[in-house]
Amino acid sequence: MNTTDYANPELAAVEIHGMSRSAFIARGALATGAIYGAGAVGSFVSQAFAQGGGGDVDILNFALTLEYLEAAFYQDALSKANLSGDAKKLAKEIGAHEKQHVDALTGAIKKAGGKPVAAPKVAFPLSNQASFLKLAEAFEDTGVSAYDGAAPMIKSKEVLGAAGSIVQVEARHAAAIRFLKGDDPTRGAFEPTLMKAEVLKAVKPYIKS
Amino acid sequence: MTHDPERPQGRSAIEQLDRDPASRAKFLKALGSTGAVAAFGAVLAACGSSNASSSSTTAAPANPGSSSSSSPTDMFGKGDLGIAGYALTLEYLEADFYKQVAASGKLSGKVLSVAKQFGDEEMQHVKALEGTIKKAGGKLPAKPKGKFPLKDEKSILKLAATVENLGAAAYLGQAGRIQDKDILAAALAIHAVEGRHASILNMVTGQDITPDGAFAVPADAATVLAKVKPFIAS
Repeated sequence: MNTTDYANPELAAVEIHGMSRSAFIARGALATGAIYGAGAVGSFVSQAFAQGGGGDVDILNFALTLEYLEAAFYQDALSKANLSGDAKKLAKEIGAHEKQHVDALTGAIKKAGGKPVAAPKVAFPLSNQASFLKLAEAFEDTGVSAYDGAAPMIKSKEVLGAAGSIVQVEARHAAAIRFLKGDDPTRGAFEPTLMKAEVLKAVKPYIKS
Repeated sequence: MTHDPERPQGRSAIEQLDRDPASRAKFLKALGSTGAVAAFGAVLAACGSSNASSSSTTAAPANPGSSSSSSPTDMFGKGDLGIAGYALTLEYLEADFYKQVAASGKLSGKVLSVAKQFGDEEMQHVKALEGTIKKAGGKLPAKPKGKFPLKDEKSILKLAATVENLGAAAYLGQAGRIQDKDILAAALAIHAVEGRHASILNMVTGQDITPDGAFAVPADAATVLAKVKPFIAS
């Protein structure tokens, strides 16, 4: 597929390596975001979990994979995207949050008797502040959609509360990045979820495990 | 498709967690090191995890065995309908707030257009919630008449930030109480947008975009209703 066919070419250029189910679903989520836009990610994720029949640990591990990805992204951006001013300040603050999300999710998975997935190996197309803002926007919007898509599948109220607590922070990140970039801080009055059968079909190769 | 070898083990552990209050306490404690324990504790409090005294049936389909203790949202209806009525009451107030702000003539330029946009989005939340309640055969709550101190741009934006942060916390406080998956998904879709609004208003008023750090803190209905009371004229 030519990059001009992508709704979000930045996401398409992100590589996630790893063989865990979480890595597969994370690749699928990013592919969905790349092809259909971040709004489609929620429905992809909810369908992936509905199909897999996985429990809360499965969902927590997927969330952990995404948080690892985001944490690595901000760390990478601070070292090689020549950030300055508000962008640099935001990258530091948001990056610190993502690390705390990683720690919290790791703890939650362990306490639930599960095994936290390892951090995926990732590569980001980052060269300057503009590419940072573009990719940060895509990541944060994707993160919000992914959490909102997975949340109704969560069985434990405690885990749902944690996911809700994190997704609100991701939404705040997304709005701030978008505002800084000069974009509309919201994606409409409701976080978009596109219910499209073709979404799942298109990204099925990524969630095969 | 091979199944994740972690899954059966993890699942039984989650089930055990649900049954065993001691391991649940440990679970919460583990998150304490990252600062999430306050959020978790508040979520649990908002969920009303104890004193399931109400034996009345809920209007919305409820899972048998799930404990739903009485909550101030009951005044708007039973179960999910009450939560939707409560959310609608807050959205009525938010929409009214932005309407009065736009009419006040105290804002201009970028912040005016932001306020108009956010107000428009609150109106869409109002319409969606009204539709949800009507479809479920519920009764719409009374529309509160808001009274807001609209002095100058700075104080208006500050109040807007307060309102939005409270709105986001209110939705988060209800997430664990919602039984219907579709209503939960809708509430989450609104919740994140309230979070986005709050973030921008915090930003333009020089506050931290995430006032509670990496983990948003929920607010229960009693707290929220007490906080909005001064803004209700009738």
